[in-house]
Amino acid sequence: MKIKRVMKLLKPYRFRFFLMLLFAVISVVATLLTPILIGEGVDQLVGPGAVKFARLRQIMIVIAVVVLISALAQWLMSLTINYITYNVVRNMRSQAFAHLQKLPLGYVDDHPAGDIISRLTTDIDQFSDGMLMGFTQFFTGILTIIGTILFMLSIHPQITLVVLVLTPLSFFVAGFIARRTYSLFKQQAEARGEMTGMVQEMVGNQGLVKVFNREVELEERFGEINERLNTTSVRATFFSSLVNPSTRFINGLVSTGVCIYGAFVCLSGGITIGALASFMNYAYQYTKPFNEISGVITELQNALACGGRVFDFLETEIITEGPELKKMDAVRGAVAFKEVAFSYDKAKPFIEHMNINTKPGERVALVGPTGCGKSTLINLLMRFYEIDSGAITVDETDIRTYTRGSLREHFGMVLQETWLKRGTVAENIAYGKPSATLAEIQEAAKSAHAHNFIMRLEKGYDTVISENGGNLSAGQKQLLCIARVFLVRPPMLILDEATSSIDTRTELMVQDALKLLMTGRSSFVVAHRLSTIKEADKILVMRDGKIIESGKHEELLAKNGFYAQLYASQFAQS
Amino acid sequence: MKTLLKYFKGFEKETIIAPLFKMLEACFELFVPLVTARIIDIGIKSSDRRYILHQGILLVILGIVGLICSLTAQYFAAKAGMGVGANLRRDLYHHINTLDYEALDRTGTSTLITRITGDINTIQTGINLFLRLFMRAPFLVVGATIMAFFISPKVTMFFVIALALIGMTITIVMKWTMPRYKKVQEFLDQVVLHTSENYSGARVVRAFAREEDEYQEFAKVNDQLFLTQRKAGRVSGLLNPLTYAFANLGIVVIMIASADEVNIGGLGQGEVIALTNYMTQVLLALLIMANLIISVTRAFSSAARVSEVFALKPKMVEGERAVSEAVMEKSEAAVAFDHVSFTYHGQAKAALQDISFQAKRGSTIGVIGGTGSGKTTLVNLIERFYDVDCGQVLVGNTNVKEYTYHSLRALIGLVPQKAVLFTGTIRSNMQWRKPGASDEEIWAALKLAQAKEFVEKKTNQLAERVQAEGKNFSGGQRQRLTIARAFVGNPPVVILDDSASALDFATDKALRQGIKNHSHETTTFLVSQRVSTVRSADQILVLDNGLLVGKGTHEELFSTCQIYREICLSQLSKEEALTS
Repeated sequence: MKIKRVMKLLKPYRFRFFLMLLFAVISVVATLLTPILIGEGVDQLVGPGAVKFARLRQIMIVIAVVVLISALAQWLMSLTINYITYNVVRNMRSQAFAHLQKLPLGYVDDHPAGDIISRLTTDIDQFSDGMLMGFTQFFTGILTIIGTILFMLSIHPQITLVVLVLTPLSFFVAGFIARRTYSLFKQQAEARGEMTGMVQEMVGNQGLVKVFNREVELEERFGEINERLNTTSVRATFFSSLVNPSTRFINGLVSTGVCIYGAFVCLSGGITIGALASFMNYAYQYTKPFNEISGVITELQNALACGGRVFDFLETEIITEGPELKKMDAVRGAVAFKEVAFSYDKAKPFIEHMNINTKPGERVALVGPTGCGKSTLINLLMRFYEIDSGAITVDETDIRTYTRGSLREHFGMVLQETWLKRGTVAENIAYGKPSATLAEIQEAAKSAHAHNFIMRLEKGYDTVISENGGNLSAGQKQLLCIARVFLVRPPMLILDEATSSIDTRTELMVQDALKLLMTGRSSFVVAHRLSTIKEADKILVMRDGKIIESGKHEELLAKNGFYAQLYASQFAQS
Repeated sequence: MKTLLKYFKGFEKETIIAPLFKMLEACFELFVPLVTARIIDIGIKSSDRRYILHQGILLVILGIVGLICSLTAQYFAAKAGMGVGANLRRDLYHHINTLDYEALDRTGTSTLITRITGDINTIQTGINLFLRLFMRAPFLVVGATIMAFFISPKVTMFFVIALALIGMTITIVMKWTMPRYKKVQEFLDQVVLHTSENYSGARVVRAFAREEDEYQEFAKVNDQLFLTQRKAGRVSGLLNPLTYAFANLGIVVIMIASADEVNIGGLGQGEVIALTNYMTQVLLALLIMANLIISVTRAFSSAARVSEVFALKPKMVEGERAVSEAVMEKSEAAVAFDHVSFTYHGQAKAALQDISFQAKRGSTIGVIGGTGSGKTTLVNLIERFYDVDCGQVLVGNTNVKEYTYHSLRALIGLVPQKAVLFTGTIRSNMQWRKPGASDEEIWAALKLAQAKEFVEKKTNQLAERVQAEGKNFSGGQRQRLTIARAFVGNPPVVILDDSASALDFATDKALRQGIKNHSHETTTFLVSQRVSTVRSADQILVLDNGLLVGKGTHEELFSTCQIYREICLSQLSKEEALTS
């Protein structure tokens, strides 16, 4: 399954992929030829007065050519790998990002951002890196091992046997150390996790630590964790660094064995001195790909796991729209819910038989305790979530007959959670209308009472807003979000506790502005402030996914029902 | 940067032993080709089996001694690297604790967190690798050259030229690619930013139907990343083939050059093999070093970042008066501001301007005003988070600058805006202000903060676990617990900085009643945007844009202070505002 997907990704590069394999074969063969040729060269240096110059020169020219071919093949191989890897990464990333834009909001709400980001960045990198690098290492490793054995066998089978018998020692030692190190690394990771946890909590709230005079005590605790981390780190680092010297030692032993045995064979005329030299060269290098391959296998497994996470993400269901959908234009804004049913968890019914009728230009306030379904209504209206049954209509037309984009463009939305892009203030205000002129942008900002604070910013409208508006106060961010809607002036409005972070005086001004904006526009306001509620044309009182009362403020108070209760507990001054 | 060198103190032994033993190991490694050469040139040439065997045993001994040296070096390198890291971490944490609020604001706590975790890890890994391997490569290069010189001074020249070419290749490739890889990292950061921005803003992006534009923007960054990666990859891919070619072409030249020498009897076959072996040894050592340069460069930039934090020095000077709570009992005004003005670092506009007021001992002071009007700044000055530009802040008739931080802050119980608890138990959190506070005291504070009821319902009561930042409690519960925390130990001054926002009105009211009945000795500051919270205070301070525009009781201010009146009417009807 996964393999199939990998093949599909590689398909556009199959030609280059085979080229890469070809370069790999060339470079391995050429690299392995060199020791033999050097050995042959050594054999020409028989002794004083007996050096065969002509033959030596010939061999040396051959070596030079072989070396150059090998180097060139190595370079071309790495170029091809890079080309394929980076292309695959780029394609996967673009594909994943496009996918992200079409994910149902339900998925976005359920999955933490960190998880998705790591799939799009680290996972994709590790997948393609691990896959291709791992594969080529594996491929060249195997080729090198087979090649080496063949070359050694061609020189002298018996000495080859010595090598083959002794090498497992090296794996044994490496495996032994790795197993021991694993538990030490785990201990180290635990201590490090504890340290990071403490630092994040305490340094993250350093201000409080100071207010409560806790510095000395916390330093003691820090010291204790630090001590433990140090002890485990020293042990883990030491043990893990045993692998290289130990395997180097074993390889040295193998090479020594070859040297002694080979020298004896040499004495009885079995091989030449040059061949002995090539042999020692092979014996020393032969185990290297073995050690690499065991590492490569873990890398490949890791790459596949990462790839799996990316593929899983790419396979999640996305929203697709058919060509039959119309674009919404010029609406009056009569919104209605007809027998709408919806639930987040299909096992637990939430909204059922929801019926709402509004007239164009009506101001509707949604009131009710947390979790009663106010935000859900907005999700459904904007088609962030799909209703299970019934219909939502605008001017008597089912909203599902429109493209989502055109539907949403007719709603102006200001949410409780302010979201700004990294970019300038002007760019952010113009988010819904990138073509807006500066004059239009300023006009919108003025209407939202944002102009004054913007002018006080360092560079006015050109001030760059850092990631998620880090350099602005919550109230300022909200004013910008409101200005964003002012610029677009859509026929319908959705305001979800839009003014919660603005202080009451500023809110008064914004309320004025919003009032102006709402004139002649249908609007849905989730509000906790009494003034907003009082001025609504219609109040919908919600509880547990149902509309239990509706009407004007005075009517509802007179009813002396849930609304009256809510009002008494939240707004009345006893 | 130099300041960090002192952290090697106490590890002098390890810092010397590790590279020393690494050098010894390299030394034994350098003998191996010589012994092999003798096996060939003497053992085989004279058919001396005993000699071959003896030299073989010598090789094994060299291997064992080398292994022991290497292990010793690894051990001491690990000890020094990790030890230096641990001490650095301890001192950095201590240093962070001495920083004043201004320095904390300027640096940002998230930066400090990465310095103390990630950066120090990089440094200690860097030291460990440095001690282990940086002496090895130069020593092998020099050693191999000397050995080659011993074998044949004439051939050594070619040997050195090949080495120089290899060294140059490594330097040039690294110099060229390192800034490119830094660029790659920058683009990668942008990819991450774009993704996270779009994910968290999915609703807004779709509401404005900008999906396609966002995709195009992303694709642009993604393409740039691709191009930079490929460019860097092209050059860094040269490293291995080029060095491989230089080393082996070097061998070719050496063999041709030594042919004459062999012919006149100056060199043996084994010695020529030894020369080629030295070449391969040195190549491997240099390539390992190239990889290490990257780790060590990283460690250096981490060290620079850590030094930056050490370079931050608190600007405020701590006072020397370590007074007890008794000082409060003698003074009429618990807290007083005398023509105080204050501007945050790097801002043009004053956060507070010419503020004067007196808070009588035992009174309740309400502080009200819009966002950014200076409410929080005002109460923070009481605790001396910052020093005022002019005027003075008095606590117990004494300028706050005269107190030690500890004694000043011990006088005050603060409930911050953000309700944060710490890992531990409810009890351990309640003991933050007063270590060792009894359960009785804690329950009393919980009762006052309207938290008693829900804590009693917890299975473990005061021993109930609290997760990091108190995430296992609801916003309202957390807020009440932080209020209780401030009251444990009955501090003479309590500051509630907009800390009832998550409470419903009924609980808020009960809380205010509780505070009122609490003690006639406690001076309480209530910072809020809600008129209902401050209206019953003995004195209300109305702030607007850093100016104190009104000071008095609710009734007085409602009739005299225009801004206060506006605030009231935005929240209450006229009748509601006038009836108490």
